[in-house]
Amino acid sequence: MQSFAALIDALVYTSSRNAKLQLIADYLRETPDPDRGWAMAALTDGLDFPAVKSSTIRNLMKERVDPVLWSLSRDFVGDTAETASLLWPDNPQAGDAPSPSLDEAVQRLSAITRNSAMSELPRLLDPLDASGRYALIKLATGGMRVGVSARLAKTAFAQAFDVPVDEVEEYWHALTPPYAELFAWAADGADPPDTANMPLFRPFMLAHPLEETVVDLADYVAEWKWDGIRVQLAHVGGETRAYSRSGDDISATFPEMIDALDIPVVLDGELLVRGDVQGGEAGGAASFNALQQRLGRKTVSKKMLAEAPAFVRLYDVLMLDGEDLRALRWTERRAQLEALMARLPDTHFDLSQVVEADHFDHLAQIREGARDDAIEGLMLKRRDSPYVAGRKTGLWYKWKRDPLLVDCVLMYAQRGSGKRSSFYSDYTFGCWDGDPDKGAELLPVGKAYSGFTDEELKKLDRHVRQNTVNRFGPVRETDKSLVFEVAFDSVHESKRHKSGLAMRFPRISRIRWDKPVHEADRIDALRALIRD
Amino acid sequence: MSGDFSWIRPEPHGIHVVPADVWIDPSKPVDRALVTHGHADHARGGHGATVATPETLAIMKLRYATAEGAQPVEYGETIRLAGGVDATFIPAGHVLGSAQILLEHAGERVVITGDYKRRPDPTCPPFEVTPCDIFITEATFGLPLFTHPPIGEEMAKLLKRLSDNPERCVLVGAYALGKAQRVIAELRAAGHTDPIYLHGAMEKMCRLYEEFGVDLGELRLVADHTKEEMRGSIVVCPPSALNDRWSRRLPEPITAMASGWMRVRQRARQRNVELPLVISDHADWDELTRTVEEVDPHETWITHGREEALLRWHQLTQRRARALAMVGREDEDD
Ligand SMILES: [Zn+2]
Ligand SMILES: [Zn+2]
Repeated sequence: MQSFAALIDALVYTSSRNAKLQLIADYLRETPDPDRGWAMAALTDGLDFPAVKSSTIRNLMKERVDPVLWSLSRDFVGDTAETASLLWPDNPQAGDAPSPSLDEAVQRLSAITRNSAMSELPRLLDPLDASGRYALIKLATGGMRVGVSARLAKTAFAQAFDVPVDEVEEYWHALTPPYAELFAWAADGADPPDTANMPLFRPFMLAHPLEETVVDLADYVAEWKWDGIRVQLAHVGGETRAYSRSGDDISATFPEMIDALDIPVVLDGELLVRGDVQGGEAGGAASFNALQQRLGRKTVSKKMLAEAPAFVRLYDVLMLDGEDLRALRWTERRAQLEALMARLPDTHFDLSQVVEADHFDHLAQIREGARDDAIEGLMLKRRDSPYVAGRKTGLWYKWKRDPLLVDCVLMYAQRGSGKRSSFYSDYTFGCWDGDPDKGAELLPVGKAYSGFTDEELKKLDRHVRQNTVNRFGPVRETDKSLVFEVAFDSVHESKRHKSGLAMRFPRISRIRWDKPVHEADRIDALRALIRD
Repeated sequence: MSGDFSWIRPEPHGIHVVPADVWIDPSKPVDRALVTHGHADHARGGHGATVATPETLAIMKLRYATAEGAQPVEYGETIRLAGGVDATFIPAGHVLGSAQILLEHAGERVVITGDYKRRPDPTCPPFEVTPCDIFITEATFGLPLFTHPPIGEEMAKLLKRLSDNPERCVLVGAYALGKAQRVIAELRAAGHTDPIYLHGAMEKMCRLYEEFGVDLGELRLVADHTKEEMRGSIVVCPPSALNDRWSRRLPEPITAMASGWMRVRQRARQRNVELPLVISDHADWDELTRTVEEVDPHETWITHGREEALLRWHQLTQRRARALAMVGREDEDD
């Protein structure tokens, strides 16, 4: 546990990506099995101890620290695990108990039940110092938050043992922690795990933002980019699975898609729901808002299945009839995909159409004119691009529709989390419900915590502190004297907000220190931007 | 307790001693000020007369270049103010020259701590517990999560990182008044005799400490030396210079920061600190509460910091306390 805690601490205090890779790689080489496998699982969010929750930690602390002192401390630190690790009282009886190994800690955490948590966790925590307690609580409650993505951890693994990261990625999903076979393959030269007959997640091919690039349509093909969720459907070895962008198995959330696929194929597409729930053309795709109702559910009701049935708009085919197509050119894969459509039920699958344009400017016009709310923008794909994991420069580009803009007034601010826990960095803003010069009120329309620089954040934080009129726990109400130009992708009706509107992907596009608040936009102006 | 202490009045910009018409640590210019120590949130220029220890007056002279109406008073010395108020300056153990101020009037005793700590510090005499009726304390680190580790541990961490990286340097961010000199003096106490390199902004204050008899060993200015010479050395700079372009002249600096806030990971991350050193010139939670217990006042007033938690502790231990809403007190001099 000690060396794992030291790794976590070192990662916390290291910002350079290379130094992080080095730290993880060194740890993986120096640490024996199964500890290093558990560490990889922890860094990639692959461990789950359902009996230990953040609330368990809070309850433990409430037995040990005055609740008011606890919550003041928690507010200051901004992180439950760290607060608990700092406030955990020394237990003199635990004096010489040796600190557990990572493997032992994982085994004991796995054995914990909801009933035993309150007695078992203290036994694990007592022999540790503050760093050890921090690592253990993070391990137990999930999410190490050390600025290491699963991808970075896998890259470090690849670096540690000098193996290709894409192979690591692919085998990864065939194995479970502590990944003994993966270490045997990478570190000791054993045969790789056999994955050909498993309905595994294959890493997605991703796109770079187009920005200023202009491409030649002779080399690139354009496709609509749909505003759903990217999904991979795999039917291999008689089993069907659906995976999200990050490789999470979302089969249970979309059972109709699992039932609809029974030929041996791995497909890449956009998961959408059918249209008349929230506008959209009949039989077509509904807005993202409609899809949102279906996300994150472990089970789905019949009503939901009937009201918002899912379908997949296909972009690509990765494997077909046991053959891996990923090395082929896009044009060849596309031909196979088009031919394949006849074998798929059209109730659940359609094809993402190629957008025909004479030249780049023509394409720009088409993009400007796109009114369908389910369109997020365009994709530009090199016609000869193989299907490769991750973002490879020059192969695929995404060209999003320009965001919508409104001027809003800052109303409330809340402290951020993590690195920003001492800053008021989450902002709620509103628009006028009428003429501000005739006594109109501001109604909240959205919340944003991005779009500004670190320098601007400091200024905003100062603004909030100096213009606070009310405090509600961690939230401050300001005197409503500052205008934000807010960019967002779309706006929808919403019952959750008093304004009746909800923005999608709002972010602060400019801080209008100069603009008088009565010139900010009205709710009506925002409502006029509803597209569905 | 005879009176109602109406002779001492906390105002937003300082503590007003009414019969004497003097202010303690006022944040705006007044005719007559008593100043606990030289940090900017306590000592401001522009007063008609300033009463403080000779060290504090020297610091103020260096920082504000105004020395009008300076009235030195030694530790332990009692001076008589107007209106029958006596004032005594007592060591606070915070930085060079830092003092608590004991005020006595009509048989009532009030102690204003300014900022203080209870740990030994080679650069200033230790805090003295002074019994009183009203104890006016700071609470900069007034949350139970703040326990400053023994400074020897932090020095060992620093020296270990230095010897592990002989080709680099360790750049320690430390406030120019107090923290920097204490870190240097503690390094000397830990047996580190190599030259220590200074950011230009540190030099005058270090020299002033030396004039008052604090031995800081061999100090060199970064500006006078090459990258090569500084490999394997400790460099001390103000926190603001840590992530500044200035540090490019150093040999691959490892960024360290000496501050009580380094106890909290995210605070260290905000400053891109790679080596957090939990070193504070303020009392930690245990010191704050132990000091109140030892002083055992009739009532505690809290000037600045995390006053809510310290108030709560008073409530839990059946002690009387109130928070003063002081303006302009910041956490800068941690
Ligand atoms: Zn101070
Ligand atoms: Zn202070």
